[in-house]
Amino acid sequence: MTMRPDPTFHASPKLAMEAPPESFAYTLLLSPDFSKPDALAVIDVKPGSPTFSQIVHTVTMPNKGDEFHHFGWNACSSALWPLAGHAFVERRYLIIPGIRSSRIYVVDTQPDPAKAKIHKIIEPEEILKKTGYSRPHTVHCGPEGIYVSTLGGGGKDGTDGPPGVFIMDCETFDVLGRWEIDRGPQTLHYDFWWNLPRDYMVTSEWGLPPQFENGIVPEDLLSNKYGHRIHFWDLRARRNVQTIDLGANHQMALEVRPAHDPVREHGFLGVVVDTTNLEGSIWTWWREGGKFHIEKTATIPPEPAPKDRLPPLLQGFGAVPPLVTDIDLSMDDKFLYVSCWGTGEMRQYDVTDPKKPKLAGSVHIGGIVRRTPHPNGKSYAGGPQMVEISRDGRRVYWTNSLYSTWDNQFYPEGMPGAEVMANANPNGGLELSKDYWVSFPDGYRAHQIRLEGGDCSTDSFCYPSV
Amino acid sequence: MGWPLAVSAGLMERSSRALVAALWPLAAGHLLAMLLVILPFGLLIALVEWQRQIQVGAGLLVIGFGIFRLVDRRHPRALARVRPTQLGLWSFAVAIAHGAGLMLVPIYLGLCRQADLDKAHEAAGILINANLAMAVVVSVVHATAMIAAGGCLAWLVYRYLGLKFLSRSWFNLDTSWAASLIVVGAIALALSLAD
Repeated sequence: MTMRPDPTFHASPKLAMEAPPESFAYTLLLSPDFSKPDALAVIDVKPGSPTFSQIVHTVTMPNKGDEFHHFGWNACSSALWPLAGHAFVERRYLIIPGIRSSRIYVVDTQPDPAKAKIHKIIEPEEILKKTGYSRPHTVHCGPEGIYVSTLGGGGKDGTDGPPGVFIMDCETFDVLGRWEIDRGPQTLHYDFWWNLPRDYMVTSEWGLPPQFENGIVPEDLLSNKYGHRIHFWDLRARRNVQTIDLGANHQMALEVRPAHDPVREHGFLGVVVDTTNLEGSIWTWWREGGKFHIEKTATIPPEPAPKDRLPPLLQGFGAVPPLVTDIDLSMDDKFLYVSCWGTGEMRQYDVTDPKKPKLAGSVHIGGIVRRTPHPNGKSYAGGPQMVEISRDGRRVYWTNSLYSTWDNQFYPEGMPGAEVMANANPNGGLELSKDYWVSFPDGYRAHQIRLEGGDCSTDSFCYPSV
Repeated sequence: MGWPLAVSAGLMERSSRALVAALWPLAAGHLLAMLLVILPFGLLIALVEWQRQIQVGAGLLVIGFGIFRLVDRRHPRALARVRPTQLGLWSFAVAIAHGAGLMLVPIYLGLCRQADLDKAHEAAGILINANLAMAVVVSVVHATAMIAAGGCLAWLVYRYLGLKFLSRSWFNLDTSWAASLIVVGAIALALSLAD
C-alpha cells in the first residue's frame, strides 16, 4: 500500500515511452532435462554499468521439473483506471508459472531487484482444485486481479476438461477461480490479451498437453490437429462472443498482440506454420461494426535446404519452415517484431497501416541451417524466440529456446541458453548490439524476458496517447 | 469521484462533449447512492421520541464503517466487474462502497435536529415531508459540489495539464477517508450524547 501510484504506472502508452529506460531484465531459466531446479535470472541492462549484460542475481527454485516458460507482473499501468478501483497496488511481484508442474512461484523484486526472493509458492493441487485447470501459461494484470491462461484441464495428462483462464488476487495471490462463464466453442488455449476500455479479450490456441509435453507430434501437425482458431470475448460478461477459424492448415495460432493505444481496435496474431507450404504468417484482427474480423496480412516463406543438414523431423520436407513462434508490438503500435525461430531471423515490420505490414528491418542469428553467429563471433544455437521490446522502442531483447522437448527436435545438437539485444532505429532498421550477450550457467536454457518497470507485452492502458 | 473516467471518455472520443457526457452518469450514480442511504434516516427521524437513539445509532454506524474501511484493504473485485459503459452504476457502487452516503448522515441528522426541536408538536406526516426534502437538498448539494469539482479537474487535465497530472495528483486517501468517517461519526455521537 503506497501513498502515490507506482511511478512505473503510466496513463498512456506515450507516457510509458517517455519514462526512464529499464535497468534490469528478468529472464526465466529452465533446466531442459529437469536435472536442476529452474531459476529466475536478474540481468543488468544499464548501459555503462560494470556488470552490463551479466546476471547479477539468480533466484533458484526449491523444486525440479517446473519448466519455466512465460511470466508476468502482479500489477501494471491498468491500475490507473478508476474502474479497476485499486490505484495503489505496486508493480513488485513476478508471477512465474511452471508450465510442466502447474506450480506457481511469486517472486518479490523489491526493494532491490538484485536481491529478489521467493514470496509465495502455489502448489499445483490448489490450482487444479480451485479452477480445474493445469499448465498455467500467460500472465496479465487487469481489473479483477491477475489473469492466468492455462493449456490443460484436469487429469494426469491435462485432457479432462478444456483449458482456460483463471484469476488470482493481485496482493494475496490467492487463486480465486475460473474466469469464463460461457466459453462457447473454445477447447484449446494459449495466449490472451485485451482492450480494457473497449471491454474485450482475445485468446488463441496451441494444443493440449499430450500434443506438446513430449515434443511436437508430427502426425497431429500433418493432420492439422493443433489450434487454428482465435476467440473474442466479452471481458466483463466473461463470455465468448465470436470464434474465427483461420483455416485448419494454419497450425498453432500463438501470440496475441493488441494495439497498446486503447483507441485502436486492432491487433496481431502470429501463426507458426501453414501445413500446405510451410509458411509462417502474421494476421491482423480488428473490430468494426461490433464484429471482429481477421485477415492474413504477411507471410514468411520457408527456405529450401539439403536433407543432410536438416534434423530428422524436417528431412522429408527438404526445407526449413520459418516457425513464427513469437511476435511483439512496440509501445507506439508502429513496429511488429516477428521471431522466425526455424530460419534464424528477427523481422521488424512497419505496421503503421495495420493491414499492410511492411518489412522494415531484419537480423539473422542462429537458425536450423544458416547458423549465423553473433557479431561478437560467438555461436548462437537455436533461433530468435521470446522477444521483448523496451518501452521506448529502442532496444529489442530476445532469447533462443522455445520449449524443452521441441528444442531437442528442431535443434538436436543442443542449445546453450543465449540472450541478445538489437538496437532499433526509430525510423525502421535493426542491428544487433555487439556488447550485449548474456552468458547463462551451464545446462540452462533461457525463455521469456520481462523488463523492470514494464515492457511492451505487459502493460495495458486505459487512456489514449494524445 | 471518477473524474479520470471523464478524462478517458473525452480522450477516447477526442471530444470535450464526451467528457461532459460522462459526468452526468457519474453525478446521477453518486446522487442515487446518497439518497439511498439518507432517505431511510429521513423517515426514521419522524419518530421524535427515538431521536437520540437514532442519532447515537447513526454515529456508531459511521464509526463502524470507518473501521471496516481501515481494516478491509482487499482488491475491490466486485467494483472491477462493472462495465466501462456503465459509469452511472460504477459511480453508485463506488459511493456505496466508500460510505460516501453514510458520511452525510450525521450532518443531515444535525440539520434536521434544529428543525425538529421546534416542530416537535407537528404531525408526523409533515415532519417526514420536511425531512425528506432536507435529505434531497443535502444529497443534491453534495453531489453537485462533487461533480463540479471533479468536472473542473477533468476538464483541466483534458485540455491543459495532460495525462501525466493524473498519476501525479493521485494520492492514496483510503486511510484518511476511513479516519474521517470515524471522526465524523464520533463527533455526531458526542453531540447527541451531550444534548
